[in-house]
Order: sequence, then C-alpha cells, then structure tokens
Amino acid sequence: MSEARSYYGRPVLKEPVWKAEIPTYLFTGGLGGASSVVSLVARVSGHELLAQRSIQIASAADAVSPLLLISDLGRPERFLNMLRVFKVTSPMSVGSWILAYSSTASSISAFLNTIGRLPRVSELARLASAGSGAPLAVYTATLFSDTAIPVWHEARRELPFLFGSSAVASAGAASAIAVPPADAAPARRLAVGGVLVENVLFKLMERRLEFVGEPYSQGEAGTFRKVAAGCTLSGAALLAAAGRRSRLAAVAGGALVLAGEAAVRWSVFKAGFQSARDPKYVVEPQRQRAATRADAARSAPRPRP
Amino acid sequence: MSAVAQERVGFFTDTSVCIGCKACEVACKEWNLVPEDGLVWTGESYDNTSALGANSWRHVAFIEQNEPLHTDAEGDVDALRWLMSSDVCKHCTHAACLDVCPTGALFRTEFDTVVVQEDVCNGCGYCVPACPFGVIDRRNLPRQDPPAVPLLTREEDGRAWKCTLCYDRLQGGHEPACAKACPTDSIQFGPLDELRERASERLEKLQAEDWNGARLYGHDPDDGVGGFGAFFLLLDEPEVYGLPPDPVVSTSHIAEMWKTAAVATGALVLGVVAGFLGGSR
Repeated sequence: MSEARSYYGRPVLKEPVWKAEIPTYLFTGGLGGASSVVSLVARVSGHELLAQRSIQIASAADAVSPLLLISDLGRPERFLNMLRVFKVTSPMSVGSWILAYSSTASSISAFLNTIGRLPRVSELARLASAGSGAPLAVYTATLFSDTAIPVWHEARRELPFLFGSSAVASAGAASAIAVPPADAAPARRLAVGGVLVENVLFKLMERRLEFVGEPYSQGEAGTFRKVAAGCTLSGAALLAAAGRRSRLAAVAGGALVLAGEAAVRWSVFKAGFQSARDPKYVVEPQRQRAATRADAARSAPRPRP
Repeated sequence: MSAVAQERVGFFTDTSVCIGCKACEVACKEWNLVPEDGLVWTGESYDNTSALGANSWRHVAFIEQNEPLHTDAEGDVDALRWLMSSDVCKHCTHAACLDVCPTGALFRTEFDTVVVQEDVCNGCGYCVPACPFGVIDRRNLPRQDPPAVPLLTREEDGRAWKCTLCYDRLQGGHEPACAKACPTDSIQFGPLDELRERASERLEKLQAEDWNGARLYGHDPDDGVGGFGAFFLLLDEPEVYGLPPDPVVSTSHIAEMWKTAAVATGALVLGVVAGFLGGSR
C-alpha cells in the first residue's frame, strides 16, 4: 500500500473530546444493564439471592452512570437538555432516554426490594429495568459506531456483540462476587461464557478490519487490550476451576474479570483516538473505496441507445 | 425576520485564485467574535492556523510543491507551485454533526445551512468525532457568559463551535464576512445551484488551459454526504489539503447499526437465559 498523502501529517478528523468518564461509563452501563437482565431471569428461575444482589448491583451501576455522563459534559448544568428531543439518528439521544428509564426502574426495584415493601411494584420495576437492561448494555456500541472514526465506524458489525458479551461477563462476575458460591453457579457460567465470547469476538473483529483495525493492537489501546485478555481469561479460569468451592477464588476471579472487562472498554475507547490521529486510517480506505467505485463504473455495461 | 425556507446558499471556494492573504480568517474572527486561542509558529509554509476548530472557522492551507502549475509547461524550470486554499465547514446536505446532536442544538436553518445554537449546546462532544472533516470542536477557553446559577458549572466554555455561514448576516441580507473580505473572489457566496454552474464553467476553462490537477470537490449531490453546501475547486488530491477523499456521513448506516444492536440485544438476553440452564453446579 503506497504511503497516504496528507497535510503535514495532520489529522483529517478531530479526536474525541471525551475523558475518562466515558470508558468508565461504558463499563458501568454494561454492568448495570446486564445485571438487571440477570436479576429478572434469576427471579423467574427461583434464584432468590442472586436476583436480589444483581438488582442491587444494577441499581448501583445505574446510579453512577448518569453522574459520569454529566461530569463529562462541557456544560454539566445543561444535562437536562439531553431529554429535550428524541432522535433515532443520535444513539446518544436514544441512550439518554434508555438510561433515564432504566436507572429509574432499577433504583425503585432495588429500594423496595431492600426495605421489603410493595413487592408488586418492586417486581414491576424489576421487569421494566430488565426490559431496558439489554439495550442499555448495547447502545453505547452503536453510539461509537455512528461516528467518522474508522476503527469505530467500520467495526459496526461486531461492536454491539462485543459490548454485549463484555456486559454479561461483568454482570456475571459481579454477582459471583456478591453471592456465596453455592448460589452463584449461573453467575459463574455467565462470567466465563461472556469472557470467552468477548475474547473470540475481539479477535474476529481485528481480523476482519485488517489495516483499519490496527489501532486495537497498538499504543495505549494495545496495552489495554493485552491487560484485558490477561485479566479476563485468568479470571474466568479461576472462576471455572475453583469458584464453586472457594469464596476467595470466586472473589479473586470475579475481580479479575471485572478489571479485564473495564480494560476492554478502555481499549476500544483509546483505539478511537489513535484511529482519528493518523490520517492514513481515513485517507487510505477512502481512496480504495473511490477506486473500487470508479472501476465498477468503468466495467458497468453501457445503456443501449 | 421570518424562518420561511429560502433558496439554498453556500460557498464556492476557487483555490486557483487564492493568494493566501488570510483576510477570510481575520474577517471571520472579527465578525463572529471568535476568540484567539494561542499564537504558534509551525514551520508549515505560511500556515500557523493549522486546522479548522472551535476557534478557527476559516483556515487557509499553504502547500509548497515541486510541481508545475500547468501541465503544458516546457521543461522543468517552472516546476514549482504554491497551493493555497481557504477551508471552511462544508454545511453538508446530510450533516453527521446535526444528525448525532442529542440536544437539538445543531439545526438546519432556512438557508439550508448547519448552525449550533450556543444557548442549547450542553457540550456532550458527540458532533466532534462524527464530523467526517474534523471541522467542529469543543471550546476549552475560559467561559465569557456568567452562569445563571453557579451549580455544576465549569471554568471553560465547553460548548461546540463552528462556522455558521454568518447566519446573522444572511438574515440581514448580507453575504458572509469571509466572502465579503476576499479580495480575489476565491470565496464566492450565492445560491448553491448558481455556484455549481459557475464552478463547472471555471473547471472547464482551467482544464482547457492545462492547469495541473484542477478538479471540483464536494459539488456532487450524489456523494457520501449528499453534496457540500460549501464546495471547492482544488489543484491536487483532497488529502493534500487535509481533506478526506471520499467522506461518508456515518448516519447513512444508522438503520443497519440499529438492526445489529437489536440482534445483539436479543443475543444478550438469550445468553443470560442460557447461563441459568444447567442447574446449580
């Protein structure tokens, strides 16, 4: 591939202005969303303790999430403007409504559940929170994909599944920590399964993206990626091997998985900056696209007179 | 003042007559009260502005090349040219910044231009990586407007800023400040259809005169952003001026992206259910 031309090597795109709050929110949003789903399924299948703890985890994560987002705004005092309109072309607009709805529902359910009052309202709130939990865990991938950043936009097929599996692994790991081993079998399976799916998806995504996906394995993003793989896989192995017998192993394994899944989000976040910074990731694929289109136009059959 | 739809207006920037005087940059700063954000020496020809951003809404690029200005030049003695081009917000037909803005701060005016409402923008920053040209950015200079209630406030301005195509001047029936100040009519303002015709004629003339690399950029309504409201006549490939060669608005894939998200949502729920099958071991 010939060296892409550029204007003094300067970026074509602007790097995102988002700070540490955003990758942290990717993690807490995923944890909260998936935990509400876990809570409902646990409740339905008769895992009472798991149901109670996971809705508490969900409500805690859902309480932190809006604070992180408000803190990242350039004008935090105008955070309510997020609910000024509803736009399907803006995943951030859709996500703001999902988060507002989901966090209200999960906090009502967790609160009533904890004080042991109004069980029907609590169950209804749990259902509402679970209904919006999966979208909450996944929409952030759409938010990143709906940008001009090549490493995010071109990953639009994989990112929602990557974020979804990462969220399930986080929710499973958090519950495996919060619940005694005897009651935590489903949580351990979710953590281990989520980790495996997430690691395979990340590899497949990098392979499909080829040149455009380079930032995922380079620089800060690459470091986070390595940390992520190390933590998630070792944590999952520990949970699978000893999580059933030892609470200590469950806590250690769960913590490793949580740390690893946070690192997955940081890796994707940082890769976007690296992708925007180097003009070759913008120029070369666009040049190829234009060339392919020109070839197709040349070889297309001419309309008959 | 009415908000009735007007004829679509825009810019045709003919870089073949740009002399790099930067009158457009100055006029824009003066009219729009765009603050100074630091003075640097880059060593990149005569360009110390470097890029468009929250505090630079016109940017003149300078490129010194060992290339002939005309392809019919005999021998290589004159193989030297100095490209200059005044860049600006493209006011895309399909504008990603506007599409992704969650507050509705970015809107399309009655002139079919794209403008940020500074009293609505909450500085979420989504428009910044959404723009395929890297035009819009968040302003990190100290804020000038005192907060109404000093709660949750910051020291910096924190909002997104870009070219408004001088919305206020348009409403008053004036042309934008940059076009007004341009001494060579490199920046031409007018109804977009008229500008497109004029640009085609100009390109034909330059090609007949064997100008090296003359081409139009952003004039085609069928391109990835539906055509620019501010398009260009360039003398080299767009990336040489720091412009993307084949920009596409990310929201052209929004339906596909939401479908993928919906499938992933379903997969997540099924995955959790599957985790609960297999008992308590």
